Amino acid sequence: MDPNRSNRRGFLRQTAALAGVAAGAGWAVKGQSAHAQHVHGEPPRRGARYRVDHMTHYTPLQDYAGIITPAPLHFMQQHSSEFPEIDPQQHRLTIHGMVDRPLSFSMADLKQLPSVSRIHFLECHGNSSPAIHGSDDPILGLPVQFIHGMTSCSEWSGVLLSVLLNEAGVQAKASWLVSEGGDAGKFTHTLPLAKAMEDVIVAYGQNGEPLRVEQGYPIRLVVPGWEAPSSVKYVKHIKVVDQPYMTWNESMNHSVSRPDLGGKARWYHFQFGPKSVITRPSAGLNIPGRGYVQITGLAWSGAGTVTKVEVSTDGGRSWKEAKRHAPVLPKAHTRFTFDWAWDGQEAVIQSRCTDEAGEVQPSLAELTKHWGMDAADWKKNPLPRAIHFNAIQPWKIARDGSISDVLFA
Amino acid sequence: MSCSLKFLLPAMIAAIPLAVLAQSPPRAYPNVGTPLSEADIQSFDRMIGPEGKELPPGHGTVKEGADVFARRCEICHGRNGENGLIRSLVIGSPGKPYRGPFYGDERNGPSYYPYPTIAWDYINRAMPPSNPGSLAPNDVYAVVAFLFYWNGIIKENDVMDEKSLPKVVMPNRNGFVPAVPVYPPEKKPSWF
Repeated sequence: MDPNRSNRRGFLRQTAALAGVAAGAGWAVKGQSAHAQHVHGEPPRRGARYRVDHMTHYTPLQDYAGIITPAPLHFMQQHSSEFPEIDPQQHRLTIHGMVDRPLSFSMADLKQLPSVSRIHFLECHGNSSPAIHGSDDPILGLPVQFIHGMTSCSEWSGVLLSVLLNEAGVQAKASWLVSEGGDAGKFTHTLPLAKAMEDVIVAYGQNGEPLRVEQGYPIRLVVPGWEAPSSVKYVKHIKVVDQPYMTWNESMNHSVSRPDLGGKARWYHFQFGPKSVITRPSAGLNIPGRGYVQITGLAWSGAGTVTKVEVSTDGGRSWKEAKRHAPVLPKAHTRFTFDWAWDGQEAVIQSRCTDEAGEVQPSLAELTKHWGMDAADWKKNPLPRAIHFNAIQPWKIARDGSISDVLFA
Repeated sequence: MSCSLKFLLPAMIAAIPLAVLAQSPPRAYPNVGTPLSEADIQSFDRMIGPEGKELPPGHGTVKEGADVFARRCEICHGRNGENGLIRSLVIGSPGKPYRGPFYGDERNGPSYYPYPTIAWDYINRAMPPSNPGSLAPNDVYAVVAFLFYWNGIIKENDVMDEKSLPKVVMPNRNGFVPAVPVYPPEKKPSWF
């Protein structure tokens, strides 16, 4: 036997023994490794991907109940390889440009102003991208997690941006604003002034605690219902201007050329359409046997509240209304459930939702047609880029109870 | 009374032009926040718009850019912007810019973005990641010249400065349409 290996085993045994001793004083530790356990049971695991210029966390949608994503499980797209270390005592939010009174706000200033706490989802513009269907690296998590888990929902606390803009006195000719983060990548995004005045939050709290560093500590923008790149983290400078600035990330990475636009791309994509997904049972999980199965999932829309969720268990031939659970809030995840009895036969389950604007979540075929594309485009290599992808997600249940993703099958 | 009027009147008269000129309503929370001076703003405001109005004076050539790139950028982006740790900075070749299609991942900044100022703004504020904002304006003009030349956008002897840079016509200048739905939204599907 390799002596190093032997030593390593010995070390592991000792560590486990020590952990057992430590645990004996308090919590019982089952199994061999203290690290694999959690005082409340097995914790949900975020999926993750790290690249030299990019870090991603995927929310384990399959593993939690209700609509609030625990802060450490909130999805993340960080456009750098490390998190900024910002001293909240030193951090200032400046508002300048086309304003009558350029102002700087400290954290104490922001907390002194009237506060709001509102529950909203955030979603990456690239969530559910066709390119990630079929990935099989276990570090990403389960399919519903890495395909759709770049959306999360939190209670955000802070001050409305409109309050700060009123203090600064926005000039009549202003129409846009550009927000810059205090991270190394100087993440920057442009926002129409009308949206900024409507419901955007300068948030310092998430689910009752200060923002986590990966969520923009000490402050971030939360732009309800719109693609999350607008919700600039570590927000530091807001410049009020009279035209869209088309900065690097938004022009380079957050736009997509489409056949229906003659190969051109929109400058910006703002609000999300209606979207839902069944989170359990979903691909990678198993149904143990025939009989009662609770189907559950999340539905949301950038337009406001979700007014209806329907579930099909026969591949989309027929639809029945699912139960929406309170609270049903605008621009927030809505939890739905559907009671089902599985007969042990092959089945395809999927959900679709309708929002308060009366819009219905499209099927893949409808979305493909709408974008001027052809079904064959989704077989190409490399795949076409697609953002704001809100097609209905079908999961196929085999006779042995195993489940797979059949959107592009 | 007369005493206070004597003091108040000049102040009231002085305030009239300001009140007439002001576009915006008065502050609701005047005790919160700190006013910024023009000098304060100049010390941090580096955002450059599409027309390049905020560009600082400076200039750089393709040759100077090759030198700056080798010293500051090559470690991540690779020799001449190719085969580095992230996607290539070069698509197309001198005299032959890449003109799409852009349906997949075949794109880079110079080939894709609509305005030449975007390259300057991003490199100036965010590069290199280990010390963002540390490039001098001349270095940024030079690196932009270098990248634009190898992507077929400018000629080898073109000089980039605060006047010439905003005039460069990017190959994908007409590749964008305004955001729809416009905001506030039109009566169209939001996933349009």
